[in-house]
Amino acid sequence: MFDLVQTYLNLKIAASDSICSALSPISPELFVNACPRFFDGFFVTIELLLLSSVLGFLIALAVVLARVSPNRFLSIPAHAYIYVFRGTPLLVQLWVLYYGLGSMGAEGLGPLWPFFKEGWWVGLLTLTLNTAAYVAEILRGGIENLPHGQVEAAQACGMTWSQRMRRIIFPQAIRIAWPAYGNEVILLMKASALVSTITVMDLMGQTRTIFSRSYDLSIFLYGAILYLVLAGLLTLGLRLVEARMAIPSFTQAKSSRQP
Amino acid sequence: MLKKLLTVALVATIAAATAGAAQAQTMQIRIATEGAYPPFNMKNAAGDLVGFDIDIANALCAEMKAECTMVAQDWDGIIPGLVANKYDAIIASMSITPERQQSVGFTEPYYSNYLHVMAKKGSGLSGADDLSGKSVGAERSTVASQWAEDNLGRTADVKLYDTQTAAYSDLDAGRIDAMVSDIYPAYDWLQSHDGFEFIGDNIDIDDKIGIAIRKNDTELRDAFNAALKTIRDNGTYAEINAKYFPFDIY
Repeated sequence: MFDLVQTYLNLKIAASDSICSALSPISPELFVNACPRFFDGFFVTIELLLLSSVLGFLIALAVVLARVSPNRFLSIPAHAYIYVFRGTPLLVQLWVLYYGLGSMGAEGLGPLWPFFKEGWWVGLLTLTLNTAAYVAEILRGGIENLPHGQVEAAQACGMTWSQRMRRIIFPQAIRIAWPAYGNEVILLMKASALVSTITVMDLMGQTRTIFSRSYDLSIFLYGAILYLVLAGLLTLGLRLVEARMAIPSFTQAKSSRQP
Repeated sequence: MLKKLLTVALVATIAAATAGAAQAQTMQIRIATEGAYPPFNMKNAAGDLVGFDIDIANALCAEMKAECTMVAQDWDGIIPGLVANKYDAIIASMSITPERQQSVGFTEPYYSNYLHVMAKKGSGLSGADDLSGKSVGAERSTVASQWAEDNLGRTADVKLYDTQTAAYSDLDAGRIDAMVSDIYPAYDWLQSHDGFEFIGDNIDIDDKIGIAIRKNDTELRDAFNAALKTIRDNGTYAEINAKYFPFDIY
C-alpha cells in the first residue's frame, strides 16, 4: 500500500517535471512558473474525483438497496437522501458543510473538527454524498428495467433476496446502468471545480490563482485543455470497463446485429 | 482692429458653442465596484452600494459634473469587464500593479495601502515572521494573497478565499491561525470583533490605490486626475476620510 502511494507520488512529480520542461520553450515565462501549479491542481482534481466516485459508488449501492427495498423504514430515508442531494445545488451543499458547519469551530464539532477544518476533506465528503445520490438513481433505473419475470423465476428456484440481487439482478443492472454512470462521472469531474470556492487548490483553484497574477485570459484555455485531457482519460477508462463487462448477446444492440 | 474684433467674436462663438455642447451632453460614466470590501465598497441593508470608494466616486463625479452610475461586479471578472466596455472605470480599492497595467490604465493614486497580519488575541504570534507551520488566509486576486504566497508560501499553509468575508469567517472559526489583509478593511473588521488583533508591524509593499480605466481612455483619466486634485485641495477628501478613519489615508 505504502509502495503504491510512493509510486503515485513519484509519477506525479515525473509527469509534472517532464511535461513542464518539454513545454517551457513555448513560453518560458508562463510555463516555468505556472505549469507545475497546473499539474498540482490537475492531480488534486484526479484524487478528489477518483476517491469520491469510488466512495460514492459504494454508498450508492447501499442507498439503492434501501431505495428498492419493500421495507418503508429503509426506502423512505433513502428517498429523502436522494431528494435532498439531487434537489439542492452542489455549491450550496459545499458552503453549508464548509462555512455553515465550520462556523461551529473546534468547540462545536469536537473530534470531527480536524476533518471539517480542511477544505479538501469537506470537498471530498460533499462530492461523495452528492454523486452517491445520482448514482443510486442511475442504478435504480438499471434494476427496475429488468423484466419482472426474472425475479419471479429466481423466486421459483428458491433463491433468497440477497441471492437474487447478487446473481440475477445486480450483474444485469450494472451493465444496463454503466453508460449513464459514465456520464455521471464526467459530470462530477466538471462539478468538482466548485471545491475551489472552499480553498481547495484543485485544477480550477490553481487556474484562478495563476490568472489572478497575470490577468492573461489564455490561462483559462490551458485549464480547459487539462480538463479535456482528464475527460478523455476517464472516457477511455469507462469504455475499457464496459468492454470488459460486456457479455456477448446480452445487450440488445449486439444480439440484433447477429443473424 | 477689425481683425482683432472678429477674432474675439469668433473665439467667443466657438467657446459658447463648445460650452453649449458640453452642457447638452454631460459626461456619462459607468463605474464598477466590488461591493464586498468594507468599509471601502459594500452593500447596506437596502442593497445600495456604500463606502469610501463610493463616496470618493460621487465626489469626483460631482466635481466633474458627470452623470455616474455604479454597478457591483465580482472581483475576478472586474478587469475583463472594463476591457470589454461593460463600464468605463473601476473604483474598487484596486492596487496599481505592473500586471494590471498590462491590461488597463490607472489614474493617480487616491489612497495608499499597507498589509497587516491579524490573529486571535492571545495567539502568541508576534508577526509575519512568526507564521511558519501555521495556516494563513488571504483573499485570492489581491496584493495580500500574492505577498502571502511569495513570502510565506514555502513555510506556511497559505489558503486563498474568493472574498474577504469568507476569509474572516474562517479566521473566526479557527480554521486559519492568521490572515494577511489590506490594513483598512481589517481595521474596520477589528472594530466589531473583539477577539482578534493586529500582530506585528505594517507591511509596506509600496501599494498605491488608483482608479482603473481603459488604457486608451486618456480623456477620462485626465478628468479624474484633475477632479482628484481639486477634492484633495478643497477639503472634500478630508471630510470623506474622517467619516471612515481617524487618520489620513492618502
